[in-house]
Amino acid sequence: MTLTAIRVENIGKQYRLGQLVTSYRTLRETIEERIKIGKPEEGKEKSLPNSIWALRNVSFDVHQGQVLGVVGRNGAGKSTLLKILSRVTEPTEGRAEIHGRVGSLLEVGTGFHPELTGRENIFLNGAILGMHKTEIDSKFDEIVNFAEVEQFIDTPVKRYSSGMYLRLAFAVAAHLEPEILVVDEVLAVGDAEFQRKCLGKMSDVAKQGRTVMFVSHNMSAILRLTEETLVIDRGQLLLRAPTQEAVDFYLSRGLTQEGQRQWLADEIPANSAPFKPVAVRLKDKKGHVIDAARSTEDFYIEFEYALAKAIKGLRVGIYLITARGEFVFTSFDTDETEAFNTFDQRTAGKYVSKVKIPANLLNSGRFVVGVNASSYRIRTYFHDEQALAFNIDASGAPGTHWPEPRMGPVRPALKWEIKTIDYAN
Amino acid sequence: MQKSMDTRITLIEPSKGWAALNLRDLWIYRELILFMTWRDLKVRYKQTLLGASWAVLQPFLTMVVFSIFFGNLAKIPSDGVPYPIFSYTALIPWTLFSKALHDASRSLVASSHMITKVYFPRMILPLASVLAGVVDFFIAFVVLIGMMIFYHISPTTNVWTLPLFLILALITAIGVGLWLSALNVLYRDINYVLPFLTQFWMFLTPIAYPSSMIPQRFQMLYALNPMTGVVEGFRWALLGSGQAPGTMTLVSSVVAVILLVTGMVYFRRMERQFSDMV
Repeated sequence: MTLTAIRVENIGKQYRLGQLVTSYRTLRETIEERIKIGKPEEGKEKSLPNSIWALRNVSFDVHQGQVLGVVGRNGAGKSTLLKILSRVTEPTEGRAEIHGRVGSLLEVGTGFHPELTGRENIFLNGAILGMHKTEIDSKFDEIVNFAEVEQFIDTPVKRYSSGMYLRLAFAVAAHLEPEILVVDEVLAVGDAEFQRKCLGKMSDVAKQGRTVMFVSHNMSAILRLTEETLVIDRGQLLLRAPTQEAVDFYLSRGLTQEGQRQWLADEIPANSAPFKPVAVRLKDKKGHVIDAARSTEDFYIEFEYALAKAIKGLRVGIYLITARGEFVFTSFDTDETEAFNTFDQRTAGKYVSKVKIPANLLNSGRFVVGVNASSYRIRTYFHDEQALAFNIDASGAPGTHWPEPRMGPVRPALKWEIKTIDYAN
Repeated sequence: MQKSMDTRITLIEPSKGWAALNLRDLWIYRELILFMTWRDLKVRYKQTLLGASWAVLQPFLTMVVFSIFFGNLAKIPSDGVPYPIFSYTALIPWTLFSKALHDASRSLVASSHMITKVYFPRMILPLASVLAGVVDFFIAFVVLIGMMIFYHISPTTNVWTLPLFLILALITAIGVGLWLSALNVLYRDINYVLPFLTQFWMFLTPIAYPSSMIPQRFQMLYALNPMTGVVEGFRWALLGSGQAPGTMTLVSSVVAVILLVTGMVYFRRMERQFSDMV
């Protein structure tokens, strides 16, 4: 018999729209509001005006020892779900039952204080995550080893490099031993080596028979670590299936709206202003929107956006990612020195940045386009690693006279030379 | 897994109406209260020039100013005790209280990054900021002992009651602190209200003057301020001046407990919104 670790029944979470943008009210606003409405919220109809459901009618079970993945676009409700399960926020409706202690890693290093030393922060952070002092004492050496910060353990963490800081933060969290671990995107930070280490630790946790819920944009990590995956979109649970199937479903659905992705007002995070993404489109030579491109022909990816005011040093670019989550390349519209100098400052207005993907570059398969708008070392205005997905059809590409799949995301047309060597001479 | 048979089951549901106080969770996380208190202490005087001496300077300099203006110039009576020690005895618990209000009211907003990422009983934050002030209180208290030696005042035999008055001060501080911290999440107006509140409250408390100056018919009304009971108690236990604890102290204590209980209930009711509002 399998025991249930998490049971979720019709969970829903509603936010007032204003709540997401202006996070607090002044006393005057409340007084005005109450005068207008007459009575405070008590007993009122649940569906308030100006509110959105970040999550609705979501039900599922997780049995003990299962490793469950959760995928979905930005703003789909994944994080809200994890926040509810880790009791950071309360659901508006429905209920959930959690059997056992929950450790949540919605972020690493929560409560780290820059003035305190590594040692002090281990104890503080451990306690915040719900560990007892004796527990931290017994794991202390292990944590320090894992983080590789032995020499600096009595140095205030404000003097740590960002890599050291992250390693220490993750080490504390990773040594928490809850029956249920809820992980959100912590792997998105840090360098490759750090990510490898984190993934390794996560699969250890899974192997120990503990229940894990893992949210990630990294499809290869999801595929590696989880057996089953939930697909969430616009607050709804769309599918629960074995991971391979769920990932295929996720990548082929919703993301593509026939070769273009438009951002609706509620999908744009408030903090992206003054940058406002409008759409990403895949186009052929003639300018028609397409959802599949041929490997043998040039095609274009264009990103349309608007600036509410001038931005200095803005660069807008794309990532090309395989369906398995591996990056193929990253490219920005001001990569070339000339463009870099001309577009040092972009005035307010509407723009399109368009890039040509040359023929004979990509292999057949499914690709995902991510977009990024940032000012180097200043800030990232907007970032979406899953803006658009499309297929590449490689028919007619080099080597297709052999009808077999080829390894690797690229299939370049390369110049080969074949010479005969005459040993007789 | 055998172990799982006795695991804790947590129910997650929208809470309706007045939430239970949930003291069990507070107990489970009791170590965190100490850790947070310790963190507040450790961090507080980092990068300050005078460090922990601020704990003494604040009440001490206030005492000097009060002694000059109220004691010497205005000639306010001090129940036969030298004015400096009369006011300093009152200023120590008062500083504990006003500092607690200040720190507690900001505690939730200052830790918003934790509130939105990790679950723990949120009450720990204002509690820890009040408790961190107790250390300052003891530092300032050492100076009081020095002053008593200087003025040749020996404590009365009632000095054993002093911890009770300290607890009364803490109950009041936690009660009001819980109210203010929860309100501050919803309405940042609290930041602006607080300086006035503390100032008015100080004049409503017999710090610069003895409570005997208050006309008899207002005494009961006056005792509704729990800090009156605290300050009077401190003077009575240490200096033997003022009134022995009686009905007034009782009234103060009852008000303090009411503040604490309502503060906890209000805090719990608002707690569910913190992570969305902060």
